[in-house]
Amino acid sequence: MTEQNTTVQRPLSPHLQVYRLPLLPLMSITHRVTGVALAFGTLVLAWWLAALATGPGAYAVFSAFMMPLGGLALLGWMIAIAYHFCNGIRHLIWDTGHALELESAEKAGIAVLIGWGILSVAMVALALFFWAT
Amino acid sequence: MSKSTSSPSLKTARGLGSAKEGTDHWWMQRLSAIAMMILAPLMILLVITLIGEDYATAATKIGSPFWGGVAILFVCASFYHAHLGLQVVIEDYIGNHAARLATLLVLRGVLIVLGLIAALSVLRLMLA
Repeated sequence: MTEQNTTVQRPLSPHLQVYRLPLLPLMSITHRVTGVALAFGTLVLAWWLAALATGPGAYAVFSAFMMPLGGLALLGWMIAIAYHFCNGIRHLIWDTGHALELESAEKAGIAVLIGWGILSVAMVALALFFWAT
Repeated sequence: MSKSTSSPSLKTARGLGSAKEGTDHWWMQRLSAIAMMILAPLMILLVITLIGEDYATAATKIGSPFWGGVAILFVCASFYHAHLGLQVVIEDYIGNHAARLATLLVLRGVLIVLGLIAALSVLRLMLA
């Protein structure tokens, strides 16, 4: 009796350290994570616009603060917004009652990932172009 | 027994649910999302074209009628959308009622203040 209690034979599932999230739940939590990150990004957006409205001095302070990591933050913002944008469209399609079956939802998910990649590369390329010129 | 579960309840009859908001939260989240399908690409374009530009160029561009309009509309849609989204996240993860209400009120206050600062800043640049 006591021995059975100490050595558990039945499977413990899903074990979080070895359990790999399937594509759909992984994409779902990524939508939420990018959404929360973008919400924090509104802080920077408000600061940027307020600094512009205040004057060159305030804008210099903003620029100096953003300079070391500003490029990386901008990169993260673009990649996050690209994901939230593409996956958000999939959510809007789901809302119409389409692509709700497992197979079609996964196909749409892969389409989202492809669109995300294309959008990200395009935005980063455009950003690098304007940065260089 | 079966009659009580199959007959329409009061909340169904009134169509507003326990929060008295009906489907407004869901619907407004979708409407602001659709608005940003147009506004977000324009806003990204605005930000990208201002990379590496000096103060005067940035202030002039955001002060222009078109780009200023884009910025204000994006601020309204994105801050509203952020509020609706973060509200769901908070309701999901904070179980304690007092802590949940306090967090929701702080969230609303912060986003209203930040949104006003952002939108009025653009307006000031447009009127400058």
